[in-house]
Amino acid sequence: MVRFENVGLRYGMGPEVLQDLSFSITPGSFQFLTGPSGAGKTTLMRLLLLSLRPTRGLISIFGQDASTLDKDAITAIRRRIGVVFQDFRLLDHLTTYENVALPLRVQNKAEAEYRDEVIELLRWVGLGDRMQVYPEVLSGGEKQRAAIARALIVRPELLLADEPTGNVDPTMARRIIRLFVELQRSGTSVVVATHDLGLMDQFDGARRLVLGDSRLHIYD
Amino acid sequence: MSADPATTSLTKPQLGIERAPEAPLVPASSIAGRTLIIVVAIMTFLASLAAGGAVLIGQASQEWRSTVSREATIQLKPATNRDIETDIVKIVQAAQATSGVADVRAMTKRESELLLEPWLGQGVNLDEVPVPRMIVLKLAAGARVDFDQLRRRIAEISPNASLDDHRVWSERLADMANALVAIAIFLLALIITAMGLAISFATHGAMAGNREIIEVLHFVGASDQFISKQFQRRFLWLGLRGGLIGAGMASLMFLGAGLLSRRLAATPSGEQLEALFGSFSIGWLGYTAIASIAVLSAALSGQTSRVIVFRRLRRLA
Repeated sequence: MVRFENVGLRYGMGPEVLQDLSFSITPGSFQFLTGPSGAGKTTLMRLLLLSLRPTRGLISIFGQDASTLDKDAITAIRRRIGVVFQDFRLLDHLTTYENVALPLRVQNKAEAEYRDEVIELLRWVGLGDRMQVYPEVLSGGEKQRAAIARALIVRPELLLADEPTGNVDPTMARRIIRLFVELQRSGTSVVVATHDLGLMDQFDGARRLVLGDSRLHIYD
Repeated sequence: MSADPATTSLTKPQLGIERAPEAPLVPASSIAGRTLIIVVAIMTFLASLAAGGAVLIGQASQEWRSTVSREATIQLKPATNRDIETDIVKIVQAAQATSGVADVRAMTKRESELLLEPWLGQGVNLDEVPVPRMIVLKLAAGARVDFDQLRRRIAEISPNASLDDHRVWSERLADMANALVAIAIFLLALIITAMGLAISFATHGAMAGNREIIEVLHFVGASDQFISKQFQRRFLWLGLRGGLIGAGMASLMFLGAGLLSRRLAATPSGEQLEALFGSFSIGWLGYTAIASIAVLSAALSGQTSRVIVFRRLRRLA
């Protein structure tokens, strides 16, 4: 599904922030991406999301060489990826419902087509009574769940979640990870960036990608 | 309905999901909307004035030309060795015999003298002055008169007679009117260019203010076309509002001017105005031009923003 070969990235003329990254993400797999703060987790997530181009190496995603993709092809690939940002990135002028429906709306789907699905998903993540409020009045945990719902609404083949449990209590964090595990069982590949070792320990079977000293160490 | 939490409550009115309209993806408050509406309204107003003025001048010049071209005059200068009254009768007969001439009227000596009054003043004894006599020819509508033949014929009757078919005057009027119309079109082009630039600045500002929204839209799978269409929709609406306000103001101004000119029609200044600009009404052609400018303003607003957003998104890639 995703393959990195000797990928390196530097900003401008600075040193490489990521060096010789080589790994694969297989369909239906679950992996934690971890490492100390500033190790490059978010940068690696952005490489996976094709919002950054590597300075060297090969990235292949859904069988396509990322370096050859034009904007339309990148858009098509992003529609197969669900992403949860560390800072949620909910649009403040849209309601929870509209935020969650956004990935479908940008595909020019009619609201009647997805309305029930969005409502069902919002109820499932516990935001059934918060559909018509704006993000400003949502708590951190509610925003997190709205962001997760937005990532899941397109039934992504690959889910990228950057610190998805950073703003929620341990119980909610476990619920969220369990939700991701369920998704993985239904065929979605999941990458969860986190520095919460305790959480990772509770899901011991998951693969761990550890970033440190600009390099990636893999623990299957 | 604006869904901007800064301007509305923090909860969308509970109309039921089925009836709640989708909020615009580019928030209204993120664009200098009111300023843009005012700029577009002013530009549309000025463009409408230019277009209405061009129509007014064009129509007035048509009226002048058609009036002038439906008349010709023969001037007969008095000479000591000739009987002017006999020459007048012969010239009138020759003119009446010319095809396309509907009516011929020779002005009396007194009438010809009265024509000089505005220059010489009243009470001047013109008996000793050789005042030329005028013969006015009314031409049939649409008729083509052979003025060269008529000119030769009256020259045979009297060497002191000359025919003026008003062609030079008519051509001068046409040149002047065409020059004024060209200036109005040039002004129109300048105003539209300025409006395009104002919209371009507003679009750049809106893009800078909505950078995060654009990024999120990209990440959730929005294409450049989709994003640029969102901006186009917002700017189209703003342009339409500005365009309608500007065109409405211009239409009201022309309507008011038309009413005023009709009320002043009986006064001397009103007569002069009417002589220059006809009824001061721009007619359906003028109002169609103003409506077209309003639509053009909206289309220009939407399309300019779409092109700029699309280009910038491509460059961002």
